[in-house]
Order: sequence, then C-alpha cells, then structure tokens
Amino acid sequence: MIKKNNSFLLKILLSSIVRRRSRLMVALVGIAIGATVLLGMVTLCYDIPRQMSREFRSYGANMILVAAGRESLMMRADIENAAALLPPEKVLGLTPYRYETVRSNMLPYTAVGVDFAQVRKTSPYWHVTGQWPERDGEILIGADVAEFTRLVPGRGLTLEGRNKEQARYEKDVTVTGLLKTGGVEDGFIFMSLESMEEMTGEPGFVDVAEISVMASGRELRDLAEAVRSGQSRVEARLVKRVTQSEETVLGKLKTLVYLVTVIVLVLTMICVATTMMTVVMERRREIGLKKAIGAENRSIAREFLAEGLILGLLGGLLGSACGLLFAQVISANVFNRSVTVEFYLIPATVLVSALVTIIACLIPVRRAVDVEPALVLRGE
Amino acid sequence: MNILELRGISKIYGQLSALSEIDLDVAQGEWLAIMGPSGSGKTTVMNIIGCLDKPSCGSVVLDGQELSALSADELTAIRRDKIGLIFQQFHLISYLTALENVMVAQYYHSLVDEKEALAALDRVGLADRAKHLPRQLSGGEQQRVCIARALINYPSIILADEPTGNLDEANERVVMDILHQLHREGSTIVVVTHAPEVAAHAERTVVLEYGKIARIVLGGDPSKAPEVGEACGAGA
Repeated sequence: MIKKNNSFLLKILLSSIVRRRSRLMVALVGIAIGATVLLGMVTLCYDIPRQMSREFRSYGANMILVAAGRESLMMRADIENAAALLPPEKVLGLTPYRYETVRSNMLPYTAVGVDFAQVRKTSPYWHVTGQWPERDGEILIGADVAEFTRLVPGRGLTLEGRNKEQARYEKDVTVTGLLKTGGVEDGFIFMSLESMEEMTGEPGFVDVAEISVMASGRELRDLAEAVRSGQSRVEARLVKRVTQSEETVLGKLKTLVYLVTVIVLVLTMICVATTMMTVVMERRREIGLKKAIGAENRSIAREFLAEGLILGLLGGLLGSACGLLFAQVISANVFNRSVTVEFYLIPATVLVSALVTIIACLIPVRRAVDVEPALVLRGE
Repeated sequence: MNILELRGISKIYGQLSALSEIDLDVAQGEWLAIMGPSGSGKTTVMNIIGCLDKPSCGSVVLDGQELSALSADELTAIRRDKIGLIFQQFHLISYLTALENVMVAQYYHSLVDEKEALAALDRVGLADRAKHLPRQLSGGEQQRVCIARALINYPSIILADEPTGNLDEANERVVMDILHQLHREGSTIVVVTHAPEVAAHAERTVVLEYGKIARIVLGGDPSKAPEVGEACGAGA
C-alpha cells in the first residue's frame, strides 16, 4: 500500500514536471549546462596529461641515461637493457649520444655520434636545412660551425683525432645539411653512431642516451626509479628543465579547469535556486491548498526536493551526453585527437548534478513550507 | 450531541478585533450557515473552525477534541482527519486530473485508492470526467471535484466557503443538491456565505456583524425567518 502512495507521488511529480515543462525547462537547461561543463572539464582534466605528454615531447626528451657510479661510458647493450625496463608503448624514442673531440684544418670541434632516425623522435625541434645524413661519411653541422667554417651542404672536409688508445684516426666526410636548434647543438658536428665507431675504431660505447617517455609527474619518477633499480650499470635521470615545466603547466591547467568547473556549478546552483524560487512563488496557492487539506511540512519539502532530484537526474543525464560531445570537440580542436572517456565519470556527474540541484532547492523549499494556507487561499 | 463547540472565541490582529467573544455550538448532522457582510468576521470564524488559524482567546472543541492548545502540526492532522474544505475558488491543482485531485487528499490522509476516489467523483456525477484536467472542466464541475475531494476522507464536518460564489444559477443548483444529499446522509455542514439564497438551505443561520453574533435564525432566509437568539452567546 505504501508502494501505491510512492507511485502516486512519482506520478504527480512527473505530471508537475511534464505539464509545467516550459517553466522547469529553464532549470533543466541550467542543470544540463552545468553537467555538460562538469563532465566535459573533468574528462579533459583526466585526459589533458595524456594529451599534453605528447605535446611536451616535442620539446625534447624528459629522461636521460648515464653511466652509473664513476664510469663515464656505457655499453650500447646496457642502454638497450635499461630501455627494456620501460613499457614499450610509453617510449616515444631513445637516442644514444657519443661525443668525440676531433680536428679539421687544425681547429677543434665536438663530433657527436647519434641515431638519426631516433633523434627525430626525441628532438623533433631539430631544424635541418639540406638533407639528413643517410650513409657512412655524411654529417650534419651545427649553424654556428657552418657560420665559422663557411661550409655548406655538399662540401667535404677531413676529420682527424685520437681514440682512447691514443691511436690516430682520420675520416673524409661530406656535409649534407645544416642543423639549427638555437641550443648547444648549433656548435657540434653530427654523424651516425656507426660512422663514428668506424672512424674511431672503438665500437659499442655511448656517453649518454636521451629517452622521450610518455609520462609525467609521479609516473615518470616511478619509471626512472624502475630503471635505476633494475639496471646497476645505468642511471636514469629526469631532465628537470622539461619535467618540472611540464608539471607546472599541467598543474596550472588543472587548477584553471577545476576553478571554471566550480564557478559553473555555483552558477548552476544560482540558476536552479532562482527558478525553483519562482516555482514556489507561482505555486503558493497549490502549496497552501495542500497544507489546508492536511499535507505536513515534511511532505511539502519532500515533494519539492523530489522534484529537484528528478530535474537534477534528468539534467545530469542530458548534460553528460552533451559533456562527452563537448570534451570530444575541445580535444579535437585543441589537441587534434579524440578524448579518452572515463565512463565512471558519467554516473558521478549525474549524482553531482542531483546533489547540486537539491542544495539549490533548500532555500525555495524553506519558503514553500512557510506558506500560510489561510492567507494564500484568501488570495493574499 | 455537538460536533463543534466555540466558547468565548476572540481574534485580534494588531489593534483590530476581528472576532469578539463568540459562542457557538454545531450539532452532529446539522447544516449551519454563517452569514454577514464583508469584514463581519465570517472568514475568521471559518479559518478557526477549519484549523487554518488559531483564536487569540477562547476554546474550540471539534469532535470532542480541544483545539486551541494544539501546535501547527497537530492542527494539520486535525484538518486532514476531521475537516472537508470546499472553496469558492475551487483550488484544484492545475496539472492533475479530476481523479488525481481527489486522490491527493487520500495521499496526505493515508493511502491512495483509485476506486474509492472514482466512487467519490461518481457521487458528485463526474465519473466520466475523471481524467480531465481542471481547465477542461466547467466551474460547476470543478466545484464538484472540490466537493469530492472534501468528502473522500469521511470528515466529521464539511466547511464550505462561498461554495457557489463563482457559479451560475444552474451549477449553484447542482452544488446545493449535492450538499443536500450529503446532509441527508448525515454529514455536518457549515457554509459561510453572504448570499441569503444559499443560507436559505441551512437549518440554522448565524449572522455576524462587527465580529459578533448579531442573531441566529432557524431555517432558510434570515430576513424572513423568526429569530431565536440575539447578540453573542447563543447556542444551538
């Protein structure tokens, strides 16, 4: 029998909403907009680190591998072993670097042996005029070196030096391109690691390796720690300049998103409270009548809160659908990628919308239970 | 046996005395009319009897229960259980059908029962209009729904405030016929009106003037019928 009363209450609440939809539409739209922004923003908030990680990787590697302890050189095999400790899907690129001091026309230069295919992944900001080296004996020269030596792509030169055994070496090379980064790279000569090993006659050594990892903050620190603890001959260090600015930007972005979300929720509350207040004023006669025929204050309060709850749930559902769309549109326009949806956020958004609506209804409900039936029924 | 007893009822708003020392008894099954010009205090009496207001002093006993000391919540319970209200403006809920408007009173009273609500509408001749919204009903039909709502919880007393005030002659007749039928079935009816032709249906008419009972008249039109009491204090 109580069930019958509850279904009657639901029926009159739905009748109230459906038959007075034009008035409640304002509140519903307000709640839906709030839920849209809430779900959209929170989804972006979850997805931004993933999206931004890719963006930030264009500013260079965020982890470097160096020899552990007092060693200054690492073996290439050690680097490969260390990289194997990282999840492959997180590693965007791994570039080994080997530095040698060479001379050309009696002038000293720093020659760097790299993997050109990998360096394009770890340092996408490298700007090369001319061609990237493809064969043995082809080099890139930094912009400063080019300016000093007047070398241009296509010109040849001879590099000479001594290896760790003090054995003299010499190699004829051809410039294929000029490198401009605006950094220290502009003062170096770059050749493939294989060319350098062939030139020095010392294969297998590397000074440092740069890794571009798709992670930030704690996750990145944990990955570095995993390498440190899993590989005794190699030490993983984070590139503070990159990782810290990444964390700072992400932190500020998240704060901004949370702030906007809170402001939107407060505005939603004001919108709902104002609409419900108008509804109460319009329905004073109805409330007075209900009290006159025996409705208790708690019944009146329960009806208005239940109406708010229904509005909140409907607005939350509507807003969730729009919020997903909103997040997709923002992600597609800003990051050129589709957003990854955390599906548990949908029921959470609906619940928050219902809660916000109920809070917004508290003052109007207070007004409703204060209605004096005798005054209202007399038309005062 | 008296269903209602008012003793020394006064109501004062600020410095204005709306009612002064009213004594009135209503017998079980009686049809009483309360008449008077505007400002005579008839609405105040109606509100006090209907537990919508409390007297400044005096005692009200309804169905053996003293009301003047009750809290607002307790008065709500009395309204729910013992009083059936009929309004001049009908006060139907606009978004509910005739049937739902009757069931609302059941809902606040105890449990909804659609069959019983339909029977109440049938009693006032509106079973075929049960699914209509108030705006789809004539004034007379709306008032009949209001009567069905007032009856649905078997009240001890039916209070009607200008029940035909907004109706044409034909509908007035229909409504008064229903009240007669209820009276014949044993309902106690108190009608507040300024219309002598409405008061004429009552067994007894109390005429209020300046917040006091000016006279009590037995039977129909107070301008024609013999007076049985004067000034305040006259009982049944």
